[in-house]
Amino acid sequence: MALATLVVAGFCTAFAALLVVAERYLLNYGQCKITVNEGARRLDVKGGSTLLASLMGEGIFIPSACGGKGTCAYCKVKVLDGGGPVVPTEEPLLTPQELADNVRISCQVKVRNDISVAIPEELFNVREYTATVERIRDLTYDIKELRLKLIDPPEISFTPGQYVQLQAPPYGDNPDSVYRAYSISSPPSDESHVELIIRLVPGGICTTWVFTVLKEGMEVKFNGPHGRFRLTASDRAMVWIAGGSGMAPFWCMVRHLREKNIARACRYFFGAVAQRDLFLTGELAGLSKELGWFQFIPALSGKDQSQWSGERGLITEVVDRHVPCPDSAEAYLCGSPGMIDASIKVLQAKGFGEKDIYFDKFA
Amino acid sequence: MTAGASILAQITVAQQAPGLMAIFFAAAITDNILLTRFLGMCSYLSISRQMKSAVGLGAAVVVVTACTAALNAALYWHVLKPLGLEVSLQLILFIIVIAAFVQLLEMIVERVSLTLYFSLGVFLPLITVNCAILGASLFMINKDYQVVEGLVYGAGAGVGWMLAIVLLAGIRYRLRNAKIPAALEGPGITLIISGIMALAFIGFSGLIKS
Repeated sequence: MALATLVVAGFCTAFAALLVVAERYLLNYGQCKITVNEGARRLDVKGGSTLLASLMGEGIFIPSACGGKGTCAYCKVKVLDGGGPVVPTEEPLLTPQELADNVRISCQVKVRNDISVAIPEELFNVREYTATVERIRDLTYDIKELRLKLIDPPEISFTPGQYVQLQAPPYGDNPDSVYRAYSISSPPSDESHVELIIRLVPGGICTTWVFTVLKEGMEVKFNGPHGRFRLTASDRAMVWIAGGSGMAPFWCMVRHLREKNIARACRYFFGAVAQRDLFLTGELAGLSKELGWFQFIPALSGKDQSQWSGERGLITEVVDRHVPCPDSAEAYLCGSPGMIDASIKVLQAKGFGEKDIYFDKFA
Repeated sequence: MTAGASILAQITVAQQAPGLMAIFFAAAITDNILLTRFLGMCSYLSISRQMKSAVGLGAAVVVVTACTAALNAALYWHVLKPLGLEVSLQLILFIIVIAAFVQLLEMIVERVSLTLYFSLGVFLPLITVNCAILGASLFMINKDYQVVEGLVYGAGAGVGWMLAIVLLAGIRYRLRNAKIPAALEGPGITLIISGIMALAFIGFSGLIKS
């Protein structure tokens, strides 16, 4: 028995040593340089691991669902130079067009020499942030505004309309941390802060955590910015439609436009059931007065609104009454799937093209 | 498993060692490790969608089966047998040898030739745990083969496995345009085809009158 143990242990040790030595000498590629987006960032990494792992190790978050097994095909990255031939495990996952464009599956590409890659700007900017809660304020009975002060990294750069994924750590009966997406409601000029508008979802893990556990001064983690729902750079007129916490991206956008002196004609329709669901109305009405190009139109759909002198009815009906024929206009929608689907129908009936309607649906 | 293998080993000890050619063809055709013993089915079913990957994986299996069978034969006859540990340790040490060899081979291939690595090396991690490779080593011991015979037997078993996966890839290529009942698409029809192929290979072994 002792002999058997000795033999097995001996063989295992010998093979392990052999592999360690072999790896040291055979797979030593030294330091390699990864050039990202033509020099926007230069990374010095130890060669030999995959491109995906090397980028992730340097804090560039490439989406990946399968964990580097080469099956999900989410981690596509354009490799301009130094990627070597396409590996057979990549081929089934790439279209002929992607092959022609030098797109590679980054978990299957090994860093063996200096590599030059192109990463979509929005992924390149994604980081994990640590922040402290500077302020929590009640906007309505079930909506809170979170103001986060960034600690590491200390600044964030994003386009109005984008969101971050807030991490709710394990608490109570929830053993795992979860991530939930919230649009940034503060303007990008405030680089060291991020504000989020969060509505309590009954039974929601993250929102319940925000409402019951999270206190001012606590540390939180989030990653971002994400999302293609973004203010475009054009000067076309805009129609904004939101409900509930769908306010967030527009509260960011209007302040951004004001700061940058971008006078794009804009009507902002905000739908709520009753007056107690409305928030930031004072601020937005003030902006409507101050800015000639901006008009805030809140509407209530509930029955008994005797005190209310503003618009009434479902937000889609209000939009239908107010929006003229869109000669060249863009529409931005943020809210519940039901509201968005109904609004898209109304807008399309008015002649908005599919390409001119941007939306961010709550999942 | 080891106890059963050792009993089988004792039974077959009495048999006379046949010539190397006979060992090779018996391992590849009549005693096909995949289609008559159903070992290594997992990668056989999943990697047979494209001919190119089937050939690459098959070639990797040939190399690894041949080399590990020879290594394991040497280990068995020159280390374990003299120490009297062949029954208790053959399974665990065979697995360790195969795992270490595959890793080492992958590193060497990657360093020596990237072209070879991309056509063959990328499949190596997939077959570290391929049971056909361990099976070849164990059957070889059952048949009482020495190192050279083990090498030939391993190569034969590997070629047999490659033959089976390449044939299946060919059939699956033809099936792409065939109308297959929805419930049988994918693994279903592949298993049925494998069954029919196995029947044909049993036909080969019927040629030999024992």
